[in-house]
Formats: sequence, structure tokens, C-alpha cells
Amino acid sequence: MSAHDVFIARHSFIELTARERARALLDPGTFRELLGPFDRLESPWLAMQNVVCQSDDGVVIARGALGGEPAVIAAIEPAFQGGSIGEVSGTKIAAALELAAREFDAGRTIRPVILFETGGVRLQEANLGLAVIAEIHAAIVALRRHVPVVGVIGGMVGCFGGMSLAAALCTELVMTRQARLGMNGPEVIEEEAGIGELDSGDRRLIWSMIGGEERVAVGLADTLVEDDTGEVRDAVLAAFGRGVPASHRSEQVERQLERLARVNPDAIDPESLRALWQGDAR
Amino acid sequence: MSGLHSRGKTWFDALTSRAGGEQGGPVRAADAPLGGERARFIAVVPDPLNRFVRARDNVVGLEQGWHLARAVREALEADRDATHKRPLIAIVDVKSQAYGRREELLGIHLACAGAVDAYASARLAGHPVIALIVGPAMSGAYLAHGYQANRIIALDAPGTTVHAMGKEAAARVTRRSVEGLEALGDTVLPMSYKMSAYAKLGLLHELIDGVDADAPAAADIERVRASLIAAVADARSGPRDLSNRLASADAKRTRAASIEARRRLAEQWDQDPDQDRDAT
Repeated sequence: MSAHDVFIARHSFIELTARERARALLDPGTFRELLGPFDRLESPWLAMQNVVCQSDDGVVIARGALGGEPAVIAAIEPAFQGGSIGEVSGTKIAAALELAAREFDAGRTIRPVILFETGGVRLQEANLGLAVIAEIHAAIVALRRHVPVVGVIGGMVGCFGGMSLAAALCTELVMTRQARLGMNGPEVIEEEAGIGELDSGDRRLIWSMIGGEERVAVGLADTLVEDDTGEVRDAVLAAFGRGVPASHRSEQVERQLERLARVNPDAIDPESLRALWQGDAR
Repeated sequence: MSGLHSRGKTWFDALTSRAGGEQGGPVRAADAPLGGERARFIAVVPDPLNRFVRARDNVVGLEQGWHLARAVREALEADRDATHKRPLIAIVDVKSQAYGRREELLGIHLACAGAVDAYASARLAGHPVIALIVGPAMSGAYLAHGYQANRIIALDAPGTTVHAMGKEAAARVTRRSVEGLEALGDTVLPMSYKMSAYAKLGLLHELIDGVDADAPAAADIERVRASLIAAVADARSGPRDLSNRLASADAKRTRAASIEARRRLAEQWDQDPDQDRDAT
């Protein structure tokens, strides 16, 4: 195929809703949503603050099959409150991962996938958002012993705040070029540290630092994919094919400290970091 | 540095009787007696000479995250074959994660996840992990240092607070005055900056009042030590996950939605998928 035909044949992942993303990744005909919109489990806190609720609270939990194996996908909807994590939306993710771990206790298997698209804690539910993110972290660490937990950051919201830690706890991370992964959003850094520290309007700089291409190049994510549903699905399947590694990235304390020790904070930028860290990711 | 005053350091020194000596760096860790056994105490303290300039306060930055992980994993490794695992006490006085350009580029999210991973792994291995909140426990810094604990204890004193965002920043983002934000916290519990409101979320094992958080007297220290010993015993008697956070009377009231979501998801989990296919 010519470059043009390849481009036309693509099916954008980014443009899909959370529900469509989950459906597109699962084997055809196997998508089954749990706690869907008709269960009407909404945030109890948003209405108190005159914010319109959504009847799935912005997270889709779907069971089905992935490569013929049982699977569960937790997909965050970027269009509702910026994918922010509230009590209900976060609990849905944590509970799905906990139930997945129980499958292994019962001698069965399941493939867990998280589709990140989130700014982190939903500010209107502050302390409960933070608390459920801690529960998501706990669930990932517990489940990861049995099976890879695979994360996908599609874009365009990206993955920030406490959920960036959840992404970092995943066994493998798949990112598009459009996706960003960082703890503090650029606007927050500019607000806290001043425009001299970071100009949040400088999109080229932001993506060069925390975009999918750089994250994969320096070993902070695993697979870079085009914005194509088929490519995302292939990358997720390949991650499950590799199985549980001897150690996860977030367990490699000495290795990461050694990588950090090689960095001169006064002379580091995205390009020099690639030269410094490329190739020693795992 | 003699001007280094931090509650994290004050309580670390008090509870370890300075067993750690005069350590340098932003993360202090030492084993010290606690109720007839040895516990590992871990604190994040200001580090005015840290080579990462945005990480010189009592914040969790790149090095803090990984050093917390190292301090926890040393205990995990040392007790690998022991049936009785030493308690880990996270002394929490962290005002935020480090906000900076270098921090993002170099993966502060992974450094904090490294600390989360270590604490969660220790808890799953059977170490009683107790968080003792003596100052601010803010956002990502608290996730990295404290929030994976089996039991959380807090001092109810001026300056102790748990939140996802600092008060001033939260007021700006939500377009409210600081006073308006405080008033909101009185009706919307998870928005509150008060420890008494946080206690109603069911996440705390104990809220201790009447203790001088800045300059604890010997009686204050003994009181906190007694609470830690009780929390360790309680953690040992319970499951290794975080399910106890949903078990209290407060949690049943305030986190009814969490409990309901878990219950209904479990109900729907095992439906026969073929039935669904037929229905569509």
C-alpha cells in the first residue's frame, strides 16, 4: 500500500469514546458492559455542587475476550470532566481490578487493560478522588503478580496526577504520539513554579518532554503506536504475550536511581536525555 | 543545617530516639523499638542542598520517591524469610510532589510509583504498614508516602491536613475565594481541609487530638507510640488489602456509593456472557 492508502485505512483510536474504544479492542461480539449507564450509578458529590452528572460517571467497565482469553477493560471517558477520577468512577476501576485478581484466586485467568485518559483527581471530590486512586494503585500491584496489567494512553487528554502513578505501575504501557504522560500538568507547573520553569503554552516543548515518542524512547513507556485501533490492539496483545516480567519498572529501584545519577539537572533536555537513557530501559 | 525544622524530622527523631543519627538527604529511615519489636520509621524531610532545586522542601521529588522505595524494600528484603515482618511507620509531613520541568522529563510519576509499589508490596508481604500524619499529607506526595498503609493515624493539630490540591490553588481553579472553599468543605465532606471532616470519610484508623505537633512533650510521644503499637496489632489481625477503609460506620455512611458500586459490579461480574449476546 502507498503511504496514502495506509493513512486512509487507519481507524482512529483517539476519536473513539471510551465505550467504543473498549468495544474496538475486545474480540468482535464479546463486549459486555458492567455497571453501564442504565445502572445509573452517579457521583453523589457533583450534584451538590451544581455539576451535571453522567450516568456512568465517566468510566466504562467491559468484560469480553481478548485474543480468545477472558478480559476486562476499564476505559476512562475523556469527554466527561476531563476524565477526572471521582469516588464512583475510580471505584469502578479499582473494583474491576480486584475482581480480576479474584479470578486467579479461583484458578481462572483474565487479561486486564486500563485505557487512561485523565487529568487525575476530580477536584469536586478531592479527598475521595485521591483515596480511590490509592485503591487503584493497590489493586494494580496486587493483580500484576498474576498477569500483566496493560495500560494504554490514547490522547488527547493524556494521563496526569495520581493516575500517572497508576500508569507507571502497569506492566506495560502503550502510547500514541499524541498522548502525554506526566505527574503534574504543564498548567499546574506554570502556576506553581512560574512561566520561567515551564511555559504551558509551548506545545512543541511539552510534547517533546512528555509525549509518547519521548516516553517510549527513554524507557518510561513500552510501545509507540500510530493513532490506529488495529495497532493499539496488536500492541496490547503483544504485551500479554510477553507475560509477567521478572521485575516491573516500578520495582527497579537501583536501576532507576543509577539512571537518575547520570543526569546533570543543569544540563538536561529531551534530546540529551534520549542519548543518556536510550537503550537501557529494561 | 541547624535551621532545618520540620515536623517530619521532629517526629522521626522523637520516635526513633535519634537511632538514625544525623543522616543527610531528604529521606530518613531507621529501625527503632516499638512495643517490644523493631519497627522501621521513614520520613521525608527538607533537603536544602538537593541537586534538584524544585525538590528542596518537604516534597516528594525524583530522589525522594526512589529513596522511599529503597528504605521500604530494604526491610522487605531483610524480612523475606521471617514469619514476623517488621512494621513500617511512614511519618507523613509532605506538602506536595515536586513541581518542575526536570521532574516531569525525568519521570517523577515513576519515582512516586516506585514508592507506592514498595509500600504496597510490603503490605502484601505481611508487613504492618502504618501512616502517621503529623503535617500536610498532600496529593501525589501522600499517594507515594502513606496512602498504601494498612492503617492511617493522624494528629488533629493546626497544620495537619489531607487534600488533593493546596487551598490557594484549589480556590483559583474552582474560581472561589479561600473562605468560599472552606465553607464548601463544611457541606461537601471530601472537599474539606479539616482533619475532623477527613475522619468522617472512614479512611482514618485514629485521629489523635491534644498533641503538640511541633514540639511534642514526652507524654505526647508516648501517646502516639501507644497508638502506633495498637495500629500495628490491628493491622496484623486484618487482611493485607485496603478493604478495612470501607468497613467502618463512617465509611458505610460517607462512602455508600463506593460500597454500592463494588457490590453491584461483583453481582454483574459473573453473568453468563452468552445470555448477553442473545439479548443484543
